[in-house]
Amino acid sequence: MPKLSMAEVENIAHLARLKLTEDEKRLFQEQLSSILRYVEMLNTLDTAGVPPTTSALPLDNVMRPDEAHAGLSPADALLNAPDTAAGSFRVKQILP
Amino acid sequence: MTTYEAIIGMEVHIELQTQSKMFCACPASFFGAAPNINTCPTCLALPGALPVINRQAVAYTALTGLALNCRIHRRNVFARKNYFYPDLPKGYQISQYELPLCTDGALDITVAGAGKTVGITRVHLEEDTGKLTHVSGGSLVDLNRAGVPLMEIVSEPDIRSAAEAYAYVSQLRQIVRYLGVSSGDMEKGAMRCEVNLSLKPVDSEVWGTKVEVKNLNSFRAVRNAITWEIARQTETLNAGGQVEQVTMGWDETRGRTVVQRSKEDAHDYRYFPEPDLPPLNLDPVRIDELADSLPELPAAKAARYRATWQLSAQDAALLTEHRDRAEYFEAAVAAGADTISARAAANWMTGEIFRRLNESGIAVADIKFPPADFARLIALVETGKINRQAGKDVLAGMWQFGAQPDAIVAAKGLKQISDSGAIEKIVTQVIAENPDPAAQFRAGKEKVIGFLVGQVMRHSRGKANPKLAEAALRRKLAS
Amino acid sequence: MTDSLFQLTIEQAQARLSRKEISAVELTESVLNRILAVDNQVKAFLSLQPEAALEAARRADDRRAAGDTAPLLGIPLAIKDSIITKGVPTTCGSKILENFVPPYNATVIKKLGRAGAIVLGKTNTDEFTMGSSTEHSAFFTTSNPWNLNCVPGGSSGGSAAAIAAHEALGALGTDTGGSIRQPAAFCGVVGLKPTYGRVSRYGLIAHGSSLDQCGPLAKSVADAALLLQTIAGHDPRDSTTLDRPVPAYFDDLKRSHGFKGLKIGIPREYFIEGLAPPVEKAMRAAIALAESHGAAPVEISLPHTQYGIPVYYLIATAEASSNLSRYDGVRYGLRAPGDDMWQTYFETRAAGFGPEVKRRIMLGAYALSAGYYDAYYLKAQKVRTLIRRDFEAAFRQVDVIFAPTTPDVAFAKGANLDDPLKMYLSDVFTVMANLAGIPGITVPAGFSAGLPIGLQILGPALGESAILQAAHAFEQAADRHPPIPPI
Repeated sequence: MPKLSMAEVENIAHLARLKLTEDEKRLFQEQLSSILRYVEMLNTLDTAGVPPTTSALPLDNVMRPDEAHAGLSPADALLNAPDTAAGSFRVKQILP
Repeated sequence: MTTYEAIIGMEVHIELQTQSKMFCACPASFFGAAPNINTCPTCLALPGALPVINRQAVAYTALTGLALNCRIHRRNVFARKNYFYPDLPKGYQISQYELPLCTDGALDITVAGAGKTVGITRVHLEEDTGKLTHVSGGSLVDLNRAGVPLMEIVSEPDIRSAAEAYAYVSQLRQIVRYLGVSSGDMEKGAMRCEVNLSLKPVDSEVWGTKVEVKNLNSFRAVRNAITWEIARQTETLNAGGQVEQVTMGWDETRGRTVVQRSKEDAHDYRYFPEPDLPPLNLDPVRIDELADSLPELPAAKAARYRATWQLSAQDAALLTEHRDRAEYFEAAVAAGADTISARAAANWMTGEIFRRLNESGIAVADIKFPPADFARLIALVETGKINRQAGKDVLAGMWQFGAQPDAIVAAKGLKQISDSGAIEKIVTQVIAENPDPAAQFRAGKEKVIGFLVGQVMRHSRGKANPKLAEAALRRKLAS
Repeated sequence: MTDSLFQLTIEQAQARLSRKEISAVELTESVLNRILAVDNQVKAFLSLQPEAALEAARRADDRRAAGDTAPLLGIPLAIKDSIITKGVPTTCGSKILENFVPPYNATVIKKLGRAGAIVLGKTNTDEFTMGSSTEHSAFFTTSNPWNLNCVPGGSSGGSAAAIAAHEALGALGTDTGGSIRQPAAFCGVVGLKPTYGRVSRYGLIAHGSSLDQCGPLAKSVADAALLLQTIAGHDPRDSTTLDRPVPAYFDDLKRSHGFKGLKIGIPREYFIEGLAPPVEKAMRAAIALAESHGAAPVEISLPHTQYGIPVYYLIATAEASSNLSRYDGVRYGLRAPGDDMWQTYFETRAAGFGPEVKRRIMLGAYALSAGYYDAYYLKAQKVRTLIRRDFEAAFRQVDVIFAPTTPDVAFAKGANLDDPLKMYLSDVFTVMANLAGIPGITVPAGFSAGLPIGLQILGPALGESAILQAAHAFEQAADRHPPIPPI
């Protein structure tokens, strides 16, 4: 019995915007299930009262002054764009 | 037919007027700019680019929180809100989730003279998205706006009507303008509203299904969308139907709400703390300094005007609507403390000055004369040195050239004629030139006196003291 | 003479350059010729910039003639393709960035440029640095110069193989869970992952943002020290860099007291079943050698070691699932058109990402999704705290920790491809440093069946000097000049 249902696999693929073939879905269902079973060993640990580590850094309050500087030229900004029009990135029509 | 009450909460997004964007140094101004002219690796979300927090944006949000009586959380954390949309370059928006900067505030609003408090759930900081333009053959993505600091103010569901919502949003805008943290210009998108609305039967505590209405980009839209939704939901419920849990948009041209998203495609934003940004841990001294720097807010100002200067509620509200106008007014009153009344200053301010500001569209800062000159002008009229009409003429000269009022009075020879001999002479001439009206007055037609005073003013080129002129006319005609 | 210049270490080359015995152009030409001779077998480089490198070498010679003595002036280096280089294609081993030419430089590249270094080209990596073998590169698999049928390790396998095959004098890699140290160990070179926050991440293509660090791969510990000294330091563009002075790591090696009085922690959890006997033997020998030179080995415990892999794979994939959302075909990179904008997302990401990347995005998105966040991501972060505490406690007792870098030597190509979990488990000894944010270095510590073994030395946060000095002492005591692989 895989830990992850096919519906869950499809839901995650949707969240991540990944189109998967039926073979990929089955493979991921099996592989992710086995990884998830493996990580379940964490549940053997009592972590009550343990704060989460978001970062190993002893840092806080990192901010910059509100000063504006020129960034990239519009040409550089669009340099790698798959499609452009009128100085903008162009994508397929989105119905507003 | 059941009678329903609306339960309304609001989410208002307000763009902060910082120099640079929220997480990069690109200029934050985008209105009217050529597309993608203010971008860099960070706001384009190029691989490898990283965010750095704009200190001023944090200060502006904390200041707003203080003005809204919020608790300011020293420790607050940015989080990623993950979703895909072409105007969101990183595929996530950096926002605040579990630990926002401000919570638990309140805003007092006034609707039709009655006061009410709207609870503020939270005020947090995030970044704006880019702008999409839909053209034939595709949609265009402009990322000048991507990363502009955006403050989100979430209210408690304390609002009960379209009018209350309107008042709430108006007062929020007034406050952010007073604080100088945002232009508050809805037409430029600097302020955008969302409404969460559900109905409950007046005799019940059970709330109905919540409907979200997004993209309300004008005060009118806020009011109309709420009115529409209350009517729509009431009708649905009374027809035995059910309100669906949906996200709606407001169609301005058709004047109705339209479904944008149903519950089935609800988002799973997968929030988690932004690992690229260490948490904020603000210095309490700095928060105290911000609190000390809070300006007197409009409601307090208006109350003070009424208490100190006995101004009417309407005048006090008008004068305090904009901070710069209120401050100009207060400076004029202070400058003329010994010579003019605050009431006279209020009349001139709300009448002549506001009219000219509105007509010309200039800012108070661009008025060519200082408040002290304005006070002097009022004093000249109040003490009868010049008459009211001449005062308006002098103001025109001040407005145009910034000249001092006394200089204009002297140059134009506007000083009022209060010399009874001189007035007597003109009165005699006017009666002689207008035998018919004179006769009518003598026959008891009281109204004609106005015409005759006007003639005296014309002969004196406006300089005659009209009160003295009328008295002289009455004396002559009675004799 | 100039045809063997490619064999020099940075330290040796720098000495000869400064004495004007050789020119940067000669050195660069020698290295480029070496690449021409062997890279068709090793396949370390994804792209080469020979003209630009020679031009940079000429500029370096001009600078030197003008009296410039910048520390890396004229030194040809290989750069992992997960590091952004302005005007030079940067793919991170992915089809989705196949034709991407960045309009900006990573901070580390700017720093190398100021120090006079020459970029030869970009080295192979597992796609988005997700892998331990370069087999997950979208383009090709790099070979281990010691045995061309074996993997070089990963994800910085290209950089490690380039150093081992003397196709560069030094290299930069990136390390999220061992991606510098594991391939360095597999290829018999030195590799160092700095303390989290020591080196700017601005311009590193993000994998796991709370774990990623950039570091050097080199032929010697001294070279690694010199490279680290150049790239380390606070960066106002990276909010997670530490604003602390950068020690003179290289010069400090000369002043070091070696092993004398050094307390070395030996974590019992690292000498476990599954550790290949030749590796264990090499470790015991390394400890004995250090002891014979005056070090004091102390057995220690890092009780949460077994939880490292699950914690690492939950945190790294969760962060990666979000970091990789920007590859959407809108602003740069591959776009595979669908019927509409929404389908274009699915098509682009299906066509642009390889199977390992998809697998990790799926796992990470799941760990963050509604209803599972607390059970997976938050739980992993809490256990991460316990792991950090293990190391904090350990470093109150000892100066550095000795451990194997990998449980075994390089494996054959294809051996682990079908079982992702087995592949993940081979990172067991390296992920801990990333989770705890501490520095780690690997140095060559012998061979097994012709394949190198690595000794990993871990230090406390900002303890780069300590681990470099211990690694240097080991290198000196072992006195094994790195042999040239038989290619």
